[in-house]
Amino acid sequence: MMRRSGWIALALVLVLFPLSFDNPYYEQLGSLVLLAAISASAWNLIGGYAGQVSVGNAVFFGAGAYMPLLFYKLWEVSPLYGFPAGIAVSVAIAIVIGIPTFRLSGHYFSMATIAVAELIRIVVSNWDFVGASIGLTGPAVARDWTDLVFRSSIPYYYMFLTVLTVLLVMTYCIERSRFGYYLRALRSGERAARSLGVPVSRCKLYIFILSAVFTSLAGSLYAIKFGFADPASGFGILVSVNMVIVAALGGAGRLLGPLLGAVILIPLQSETNTLFGGGGTGFTYILYGGIIMLIARFEPGGLLELWERIRDRRASRRAVALKEALAASLPNSQAGR
Amino acid sequence: MVLMQVIVAGLLIGAVYALFSSGLTLVWGMMNVINFAHGEFVMLGMYVSFWAFTLLHFGVASFSLAAAVMLFILGVLVYICLIKRVMRGPMLAQILSTFGLVLVLRYSAFWAFGSTFVSLPEDILGPSLNVGGILLSAPKLVAGCVALAITIGMHLLLTRTMLGSQILAVAENRNAAMLMGIRPDRMQAIAWGLSGASAGIAGALIATFFPISATVGESLGLIAFVVVTFGGFGSVPGAMLAGLIIGLIESLSAFYFGPIYQDVFVYALFVLVLWIRPRGLMGKA
Repeated sequence: MMRRSGWIALALVLVLFPLSFDNPYYEQLGSLVLLAAISASAWNLIGGYAGQVSVGNAVFFGAGAYMPLLFYKLWEVSPLYGFPAGIAVSVAIAIVIGIPTFRLSGHYFSMATIAVAELIRIVVSNWDFVGASIGLTGPAVARDWTDLVFRSSIPYYYMFLTVLTVLLVMTYCIERSRFGYYLRALRSGERAARSLGVPVSRCKLYIFILSAVFTSLAGSLYAIKFGFADPASGFGILVSVNMVIVAALGGAGRLLGPLLGAVILIPLQSETNTLFGGGGTGFTYILYGGIIMLIARFEPGGLLELWERIRDRRASRRAVALKEALAASLPNSQAGR
Repeated sequence: MVLMQVIVAGLLIGAVYALFSSGLTLVWGMMNVINFAHGEFVMLGMYVSFWAFTLLHFGVASFSLAAAVMLFILGVLVYICLIKRVMRGPMLAQILSTFGLVLVLRYSAFWAFGSTFVSLPEDILGPSLNVGGILLSAPKLVAGCVALAITIGMHLLLTRTMLGSQILAVAENRNAAMLMGIRPDRMQAIAWGLSGASAGIAGALIATFFPISATVGESLGLIAFVVVTFGGFGSVPGAMLAGLIIGLIESLSAFYFGPIYQDVFVYALFVLVLWIRPRGLMGKA
């Protein structure tokens, strides 16, 4: 684990990042990285820590993105009121998916998430009440501060940073709690965990609900940042894919894996999009698919694990070298042993 | 009479669903690996048929064969290069690998063939037939019957031949099969090849009556999952029955509620099956 100086340095970089540039592009990019890190960290709870691969977390993101805008459209209230509504809908969906599938093997869960996400995407894209294929828009000009409409990205950046911090602190606490041990046990062997008395289905359901809550929150934050959501940006399958790949690249089931993945992938995505223009989106996905396959094939533990392995190997090599040097300098002693 | 026509059309398309789903159920039941890219395999089968028809002037029978052969090869390659390596790894790696394959295949096709729909000429298999007042389009009739025959053939191949017994033996117990002199890697590669070939032929059959595009694999792949879950995974007869039922449900819901909602009913059925009977119609408990 990281030393204290490492944590302080990380916190300083994150807090000072938008202040060190006077450039809206970097401020925007920074906030996008944090948003991706939030949703990927939320996915990481169920996909990484519990080992249940959800490929439909977009459904929570979409619910979270739509609710604030829907509240604004219907009653012209602050989008903030929609946040809990989005969370409530997401929790309900998580329960509907979770209860039947968590009794079964993991593949059923993956397929159920993707099927429910698609089902809801199709319904939303054809339902005029929620704007059908056009989607919904939020307030264009702030009436007061509760509309959360700012011209600069900096307020959003700090909002996202706060949510991310809360999520990561919570994850850290879960990692160290009894519940965290249960999760680790069921990830490495469900049957063994069950036989040792771990309430497997209930643990999976709880962590899935928690994941849904934070994914929904990420969706709501997306909606207030961009002021709009449509079926593709809220419920699209690529929204789910993004969460999975960001977390898996950095390291699934690790506290800082999603953040690392977001720091690498989001700027990359933004670069390829500007490089290839509108036609580049297809190319971005080919690249994504290639990266996913390479991670799965060679480094299923992600970059953090790769880095730890390299570090350990170097450390052990250094220890061996030290031992040999000692043995050479003291030929008659027992140092070589 | 209209209702009768809707029912027959549903059963015919259902037979095609049964065909490519039986390929998916084969690798899933055998190796416990889900191929998320199965719909993309069907899509590639459609494009192979289209280009074989357009550039090489193949007939329906020969381009179906070409699609089957090409997709057999692709299936074997995917097994050797990817699945074999991740099969015994963590589940995250298994799911990620075929998910990555989906993105690569779908968007490569998008990139190479463009976003416009293409289609084979409508009269490629002759005009529509009128059977006792029911109007049937010839391509759908041929596709449905051929698909049914091949699905039954696949079931017979698995249950009545030496090759099939060897494949099932590896599925049952890899080590025991190895002791009997069966090469598990070869059998699993063949299973992936057969799975690809079934998708390829299904793609060729669908291409005769359905517009071809790079994104068509998405909904077809999801239908295959629903069929496999509904039928019980690993069971070819289950997939056949489930395919027919789902074709029927799709056709009827499109008729009564409009075509937009046909997928909604299929996915809702999927969630319902998970709640009520998760092992499917013919799955082992």
